[in-house]
Amino acid sequence: MELFINQVLAGIATGAIYACMALAVVMIYQAIDHLNFAQGEMAMFSTFIAWQLMQWGVPYWWAFLLTLAFSFAGGIAIERMLFKPLAKAPVLTNVAGFIALFAIVNSVAGLTWDFTIKQFPTPFGSSPFLGSQLISTHQAGMIGVTVGLLILLYLFFQFTRIGLAMRAAASLPESARLVGINTSWMIALGWGMASAIGAIAGILIAPVVFLEPNMMGGVLIYGFAAAVLGGLTSPLGAVIGGFLVGVFENLAGTYIPGVGNELKLPIALALIITVLVLKPAGLFGRPIVKRV
Amino acid sequence: MRSATIRSAAFWTALVTFAVTNGSALAQKKYDTGATDTEIRIGHIVPYSGPASAYGVIGKTEEAYFKMVNENGGINGRKIKFVSYDDAYSPPKAVEQVRKLVESDEVLVVFNPLGTPSNSAIQKYLNSKKVPQLFVATGATKWNDPKHFPWTIGWQPSYQSEALIYAKYVMKEKPDAKIVVLYQNDDFGKDYVKGLKDGFGAKASMIVAEESYEISEPTIDSHIVKLKATGADVFISITTPKFAAQAIKKLAEIDWKPMHILSNVSISVGSVIKPAGFENAQGILSAAYAKDAADPQWQDDPGMKKFLALLDKYYPEADRLNSSVVYGYGAAQTLAKILEMCGDDLTRANIMKQAANLKDFTPDTLLPGVKINTSATDFAPIEQLQMMRFKGEKWDLFGDVISGDAGH
Amino acid sequence: MSSVDEVANEAPAVEAVPKRAMTLGYGTSLVVLALLIIGPMFVKNFIVFQMTMLLIYALAVLALNILTGGSGQFSLGQSAFYAVGAYTSAILMEHMGVNYALTLPIAGIICFGFGFLFGQPALRLSGIYLALATFALAVAMPQLLKLGFFEHWTGGVQGLVVTKPDAPFGLPISQDRWLYYFTLVVSIGIYIASVNLLKSRSGRAFMAIRDNEIAASAMGVDVALYKTLAFGVSAGITGVAGGLGAIAVQFVAPDGYTITLAISLFLGMVVGGVGWLPGSIVGSAFIIFVPNIAEHISKGLSGAVFGVLLFLVIFLVPHGARQVAIVAQQLIGKLKK
Repeated sequence: MELFINQVLAGIATGAIYACMALAVVMIYQAIDHLNFAQGEMAMFSTFIAWQLMQWGVPYWWAFLLTLAFSFAGGIAIERMLFKPLAKAPVLTNVAGFIALFAIVNSVAGLTWDFTIKQFPTPFGSSPFLGSQLISTHQAGMIGVTVGLLILLYLFFQFTRIGLAMRAAASLPESARLVGINTSWMIALGWGMASAIGAIAGILIAPVVFLEPNMMGGVLIYGFAAAVLGGLTSPLGAVIGGFLVGVFENLAGTYIPGVGNELKLPIALALIITVLVLKPAGLFGRPIVKRV
Repeated sequence: MRSATIRSAAFWTALVTFAVTNGSALAQKKYDTGATDTEIRIGHIVPYSGPASAYGVIGKTEEAYFKMVNENGGINGRKIKFVSYDDAYSPPKAVEQVRKLVESDEVLVVFNPLGTPSNSAIQKYLNSKKVPQLFVATGATKWNDPKHFPWTIGWQPSYQSEALIYAKYVMKEKPDAKIVVLYQNDDFGKDYVKGLKDGFGAKASMIVAEESYEISEPTIDSHIVKLKATGADVFISITTPKFAAQAIKKLAEIDWKPMHILSNVSISVGSVIKPAGFENAQGILSAAYAKDAADPQWQDDPGMKKFLALLDKYYPEADRLNSSVVYGYGAAQTLAKILEMCGDDLTRANIMKQAANLKDFTPDTLLPGVKINTSATDFAPIEQLQMMRFKGEKWDLFGDVISGDAGH
Repeated sequence: MSSVDEVANEAPAVEAVPKRAMTLGYGTSLVVLALLIIGPMFVKNFIVFQMTMLLIYALAVLALNILTGGSGQFSLGQSAFYAVGAYTSAILMEHMGVNYALTLPIAGIICFGFGFLFGQPALRLSGIYLALATFALAVAMPQLLKLGFFEHWTGGVQGLVVTKPDAPFGLPISQDRWLYYFTLVVSIGIYIASVNLLKSRSGRAFMAIRDNEIAASAMGVDVALYKTLAFGVSAGITGVAGGLGAIAVQFVAPDGYTITLAISLFLGMVVGGVGWLPGSIVGSAFIIFVPNIAEHISKGLSGAVFGVLLFLVIFLVPHGARQVAIVAQQLIGKLKK
């Protein structure tokens, strides 16, 4: 029983990582209607920027804010320069563009900062949280930030003009244009926001997994899985999805005899696919109605 | 006619003198593809891209070393042309690149190819072509097999011989220990576990749990939690740098203090211990065969001075704390040594002969007492390691230099 | 976040390709064929080996093209089918002594079954969800191959070395050339069969599903059957390619069949032109040679150079090689006038 509780707690701690990433995944999906394979790498790059600023002596919170600003601007710049010209190209060509972006960002980061791991500071400390050694104050802080972000996103999309305009632009571009929304800039804004949320995710994840150019490779797979499980249209779903994946993966690894440990990722993915087969829009997503 | 005879006599005298003074070399020039009077072409593959790209610095260090050699006049007057390709740690790509090296770039040898899968993929090809697969950059035991693969030779100590040393140590220090093992689920981890089990022999039941992880996992926390629950008092970490650092940190966080043994792959102070936190790493045990550039005790060591001077001049952007840089230097120096020993007989057969004829050779970067010895039946150049314990901000070596001969 | 259900009325992911535009004209086909037959006679063995790999990857890209370009289903899991094919051939050859040529149809059939079964749950998924499911398959495959349970056959993490076949009947050509011509014959056979498949009743059904699934089912197309069939055929061809790949590389190991391979095959399809079968060989050339070019330009930044080159290609020709072919055709048409 103690092992069970420990694994659930450890799963929640790891799940916070996935939840954070899943939120960024949902954000970009809201804006451009598909997944950005380069998102993890962009987050990694932002994290390196923050690290570099701190190496130059910038205090943590200033570095954090500067990185957010940089990532936001960077996301918009990438959309304007690389993906706006591809707006009329087929979707699969866009996906190829994401892969190209992935390769570029990863390789530039590797050359600039090397592939050895770097320690990344945390503002929350890493002592045990509420007496439990399995969740550190950093991980608790991470969960707090994720929930905070979730609420902010909800308010943004529900109550602000820009948030509403973005939703309109993503779901009904034609009608949105008719009511005077600049859909093209809404997409750019979505890229900027997704990139900034990715930066927050990266900065929160790096103290746990250590900073290096390939740090997001595994995280992104889990982030996608979490977002898809929760429903790509629902930020709340994505966060819950992240925790579910974290906990389930740990339990599968611990309790399925024989192959559980070696196959915990495939087992977790198989479960997600099963959920999708039963509920194709994810646990919290809205079903999509197709018009012929 | 007469003058010709005299000249030829002079030539022969010179030759005899040369042969006498330089016993190992034949003065008669003999070449295979890839060697000429002015040049020796060396082929190399390493992942510069993909998930294992951290090892790319090995290739860059070796390139820097040969640049230094060339600027100092080359080896026996011949310049080294170092052709290095990216195999992205993918066996099919490795085959393509190695065939390109052998058939298109026409290199004399393929030197220090990295990774067990890539080397397994090219071993048969290179042996059938009789091209040396020289000083492979992997610690699998199977490279020491001169009978079946006379063109393949290893370099670093095998994972199994290292594991054997730890097994001996644990049995001596903690005869009734409960041991748990965390290993990477690939050739490196599996070979190591086998070495451990061989080392414990009849007492292999001391290992109460083995957990494997995949390199795609973001964290290994769950495995550590599970291992702690077994109540073990010895934790053997067969992990690559990122996961080693995670484990060190996690153990401290959950307040678990077993005897912690760390594989040699992850002993770099700069890129493992420091990020994990010095305070978390006190007392960790490991074994080494090379010096650590971050360690102050080698500050005045002439070998390490040469190493640092090389980096300053030819590879200034190198991370001096990265153990892969130290590795590349040692391997490159070993190659330079045997090319020197080959003299003017630069045939592939002679290169293998010289590679199997190293006697007490000590590259600048190896620990004092660790020597490279090879013979026609021993294709495992480095077989010695020394145990060490982490204290303060550096490793303290203790005990003798031990040979971990895995029975080959 | 609104209570109103979202209505998807965007353009279909894959554009409709008219059937005739899926193949090359006779003249062009003959020129390409002649080049493929004569070329290897005059080059080094290494180039022959690269050309063999070119054909093998072209087959795998073609298989993905049938699935995506033909039936509109997206897959990032082709590396899994490729791996199953490769291991089937390797295990049959090394453990059971089966002739290499015979292992290929077996690999194809096993992969067909595997793909057909995988197509069942995939039926309920589309677009991004299908992409994730296939992606999951690609991620899981290397781990499955490493599993201790199969280790006796697969060689586990160490992989399996495969013996390269000699030319039969004492033909005086090298192993590499023989394997090349063998691969060429297999590839041409599969190419012709694929073209005919897409022209057939089944092919029309695939395309009807691709262009509008609901309309297709209204017209009486058994959507479930044809979608899974497309998966099966695609997996089967990929399996044959995988088997050939194992023989050409002489080695199989889990590290050779990671998600990177699936992504490469996907890029090959996009660069070649989605839905245009002859483009497969162009796409295959892209994924084999462009990384080498990138590495040649800069070792430290090879990934970045590759990415930039890829961007250039998709900026210039967002529809891939097919676009080039169409433009060329129009030019020739004008010249004729």
